[in-house]
Amino acid sequence: MTFAYGETVAVENVSLTVEEGSFLGLIGPNGSGKTTLLHLLIGLKEPDSGSVELFGQPMSAFEDGERIGYVSQRATDRSGTMPVSVREAVLMGRFPHAGLGRIGEEDREIAARALERVGIAELADRPIGQLSGGQRQRAFIARALASEADLLALDEPTVGVDADSRTEFYNMLDELNDEGITIILIEHDVDILTEHVDSVACLNRELYHHGDTVSFLESDAIAEAYGTTGRVIAHEHP
Amino acid sequence: MSAEAADETESVGTRATDSRHAAERIALGSIGLLALVMLGFVFVDWLRQLGGPAGAVGVAVFEGYVGAGGALDALLGTRVFEFPGTIRAVATGVLVGIVGPLVGAFLVHRQMALIGETLAHTAFAGVAIGVVVTGLTGLAGTREQLIFVAFFVSALAALGLQRLTERTDSYGDVPIAIVLTGSFALGTLLISAFRDRIAIGIEIEDFLFGQLAIVTVDGTRMVAVLTVAVVALVVLNYKQLFYITFDEQAARVARINVGGYNSLLIVMTALVVVGAMQILGVILVAGLLVIPAAAASQVGRSFRETLSLSVIFGQCSVLLGIFLALVGGLPAGGSIILVAIAVYALAVGLSDRSTNLSVH
Repeated sequence: MTFAYGETVAVENVSLTVEEGSFLGLIGPNGSGKTTLLHLLIGLKEPDSGSVELFGQPMSAFEDGERIGYVSQRATDRSGTMPVSVREAVLMGRFPHAGLGRIGEEDREIAARALERVGIAELADRPIGQLSGGQRQRAFIARALASEADLLALDEPTVGVDADSRTEFYNMLDELNDEGITIILIEHDVDILTEHVDSVACLNRELYHHGDTVSFLESDAIAEAYGTTGRVIAHEHP
Repeated sequence: MSAEAADETESVGTRATDSRHAAERIALGSIGLLALVMLGFVFVDWLRQLGGPAGAVGVAVFEGYVGAGGALDALLGTRVFEFPGTIRAVATGVLVGIVGPLVGAFLVHRQMALIGETLAHTAFAGVAIGVVVTGLTGLAGTREQLIFVAFFVSALAALGLQRLTERTDSYGDVPIAIVLTGSFALGTLLISAFRDRIAIGIEIEDFLFGQLAIVTVDGTRMVAVLTVAVVALVVLNYKQLFYITFDEQAARVARINVGGYNSLLIVMTALVVVGAMQILGVILVAGLLVIPAAAASQVGRSFRETLSLSVIFGQCSVLLGIFLALVGGLPAGGSIILVAIAVYALAVGLSDRSTNLSVH
């Protein structure tokens, strides 16, 4: 599929299939179309050409919003300024299930269990704006779990999160993936990405590599995608 | 701190939260009751015109309301509440004091604070169009007809504005400024152009600055209907409105009809603005939507609590503002807004919040 913002082509001729239960990392330089691709995959944008299927259904026919848990880059939600308790934010995961009906006791229990699962049950009554970056991202994962999502789509979830919390966060993602949840993740840090995901899609407008992590590390995809003169974000090991 | 001391602090904190929630519930309950009493007044005001046995009941209950107003006068040493016109104005105030802040709480957090102001100005254009149309077609051009036209023009403008902002991809200042000034320009031009040709039976200033005395029987009835409709719609669609306000992208992913709910919110805003405009005037009406919600956001710890506090703060401002206006012979719009700002200042003072709300 291909997608352009006006004249600027962001994603070109990308074709990929995400296997159920996989843990896919999207990587590429800044402005390489990672977020655009993620948005195309979950239906936030429509491709100019090509098509997307979610869980085997064409995007236009896809109605089961609760099957996708989406955690956007931190700036797009209002958790900084809007007084919303953590419990309320997690309960949102039940909204697609409830439709126009009321949120019941069962929904509250599912939300409470999701909060426990991500380890922030004691923060339920705090305004989400008062949480640390890592805790806040856990709250959004809890929202996805409350939604009983089969697919987690995460856009650079640990930007601005300290190193220890980040490690814990990724360990939690590993556990969720082991439990059968498919995860698509954008992460700019190659080291931490390759440590956790089982497959990698390397992107710079076009798809440079898509395969398991081992084959990605052996390939030159990253150097090609970032360009020979481009700065590779991979950390240097002494 | 020892574990016991920590437990102690915790339980004190829980008790404080519990009593705070209890106080909020009592306040909300009182407002609900007051609203029912006022809706009852609007109902018997309508019923008494029907004639027959139902009309007789209406007249009797209506007299009861007027008597109660007289008793309130005796209590306060005033001579205002014994007049049905005052009771109508108070009823309108109480009802818009609920729906204004209720809708406003969503608008403030969608960073659409000035949309109310814009829609009020389109309503002014609506009034002007109404003046011209009723004048040219030989209708009476009563305030009721004008407000009715204003409802339609404002709702249409709301949808148009939404289209415009969707194309420019955000609720930026520019479309707001264009529609706000454009509709006001249209209104002033229409009224000036036709001033000499048709009789204009109303004072335009009343619409600009609001006037308790211009609240008519039909105007109050419209506000009653729109109050019931807006409260029912917000209750029914609370989850969706909350979700799109908090995280629009995630709401889209969850396959919530974001565009549809945006339209719903903006059309509800248009209706509320026209209803509230009768008391607050075109220029001040946005304050009733924005200021109580901003105050509530300073102290609310959850969105549900913020909504409750918005309505409580809004209602306090309306009641105290109308009272001061009636007793002091002041314009109600100005006193309501100044009371609301005093409540806001108090909330900012009490708040432990470091983040600032952006109200552009």
